[in-house]
Amino acid sequence: MRESLIDIAYLVSAVLFIFGLKLLSSPKTAVRGNLISAFGMLLAVVATLFVKDIVHFRNIAIGLIIGAVAGGAWAYLVKMTQMPQTVAIFNGFGGIASALVAISTLYGAFKIPEGVPLEWNRAAVGLSIIVGSVTFFGSFIAFAKLQEIIKGDPISLPLHKLWNLVLLISALVLTGFLVSSGNVNFAWIIFGVSAVLGVMLVIPIGGADMPVAISLLNAYSGLAAAISGFVLNNYGLIITGSLVGSSGFILTKIMADAMNRKFVDILIGNVTIQMTEEAFAGVQIKGRVKKTDPQEVAILLDSANTIAFVPGYGMAVSQAQFAVKELFNLLTKDGKEVYFAIHPVAGRMPGHMNVLLAEADIPYDKIKTLEESNSLISETDIAFVIGANDVVNPLARDSKDTPISGMPIIEVDRAKTVIVLKRSMRAGFSGVPNPLFYLDNSYMLFGDAKQSIQEVAKEFKEYRKL
Amino acid sequence: MVDPVTVGIIIFVLALISGFEVITKVPPLLHTPLMSGSNAISGITLVGSLVAAGAGEQRVAEILGTLAVVFASVNVFGGYLVTDRMLRMFRK
Repeated sequence: MRESLIDIAYLVSAVLFIFGLKLLSSPKTAVRGNLISAFGMLLAVVATLFVKDIVHFRNIAIGLIIGAVAGGAWAYLVKMTQMPQTVAIFNGFGGIASALVAISTLYGAFKIPEGVPLEWNRAAVGLSIIVGSVTFFGSFIAFAKLQEIIKGDPISLPLHKLWNLVLLISALVLTGFLVSSGNVNFAWIIFGVSAVLGVMLVIPIGGADMPVAISLLNAYSGLAAAISGFVLNNYGLIITGSLVGSSGFILTKIMADAMNRKFVDILIGNVTIQMTEEAFAGVQIKGRVKKTDPQEVAILLDSANTIAFVPGYGMAVSQAQFAVKELFNLLTKDGKEVYFAIHPVAGRMPGHMNVLLAEADIPYDKIKTLEESNSLISETDIAFVIGANDVVNPLARDSKDTPISGMPIIEVDRAKTVIVLKRSMRAGFSGVPNPLFYLDNSYMLFGDAKQSIQEVAKEFKEYRKL
Repeated sequence: MVDPVTVGIIIFVLALISGFEVITKVPPLLHTPLMSGSNAISGITLVGSLVAAGAGEQRVAEILGTLAVVFASVNVFGGYLVTDRMLRMFRK
């Protein structure tokens, strides 16, 4: 009786999670959706505390208090620009919790439910450890790269993919040993091998390819939870974990499409493709770079009617979102049409730019997707590129030989005038040189994005007063 | 009587499909909150961690379980709170 009630509580939680996620489809209902989902979690936790095997509440209280304080403090103190690494590390924590729970079953933490073969249970334990450990150590590397604890550049070993394959096969073979012997030492070895695999999977991924990696790790953390559902024969966990898994896989697919990569390639770790020297030699760029200054930009803005802002990771790095908002206010007050063109992979995680713009209070009806932006761009007088590079590189569209070829771009080169805010002439993350900077209708405004925009806003204000 | 393993697999597949249906409707605008919100949900492993920490069967199991409770609850509390913080900015 008690067991059935607990199972029903888990089912209600799962339903609440589904509704919560559904309400995330609109900014108006999303806050409520998240609360509903949190309530589902509370219900699941409370129901679990009634499980009759639980006798020691002290450990639980200690664990929950530490987790609540650490998680709560983190959530409130983190800057919006640090959101990618925050999501990455939280993902990892979910993953390692699943792995630890799986290992604890081998120490007798759970009774194997009736009707579940011992071998199946041990196989699920092995898989749970693999996915959980890969998720944690992979997420940790992503976190360290984004937080700049380690260098963000891709690092590859000779025969990197072969090593990954060897590690994966070893982990699976070890799971086989675990199934036949039940020896807990195998669990720890699987944990270690998978840890190395997690590091190896993420270490060759850098900078602009992070959105894909984080989406994939998100999917893995869900998968880890679902597999631990199989370990514990807990249907609530299976449902919930697979929901998160599908969410992560959808985002991974969207990111892969936005970079013109095959989903399958991403899954086997072919995330970062760098510019080769041969391809580099094949790129012919005509034209010359024209520098501009804030005063000149202010005059150009004055005569423009439609203005697009195209932000990239550079906006996050220089925390320019509030300066952008100030300029946005000046321009809209002046009766100009202003919109934001957001590429799906701009920044370091899906939706990264949107969060920063929301933080600066930019109305979300001014935010346009890739397709919407490209249909508006030829009627746009000035396109402001703020620290974006590869996502506006015309070579992606015009050439077949670069790593970014075929990737959909925001076609700012079709705007009447392009102003590129950039620190230097360095190529984008992919290493592909950008002919956009050399076009007749494009001007470079060198310097820190935030400072440049503040100066443009100041000049614009002064110019209008005259 | 269907065995529990088969039931589990059926549930797994159905939940994956419903997940796909629900989540494809989330616009790019909200992709970050979707990610951190679903991430908080993946902290559901907390449920398993609680049992492992509290069952008191063996010292090692208890320690592993308690560690798992710490990790999973950082994931749950941090994930929901940070998602809430972000979503409130979008509502304005």
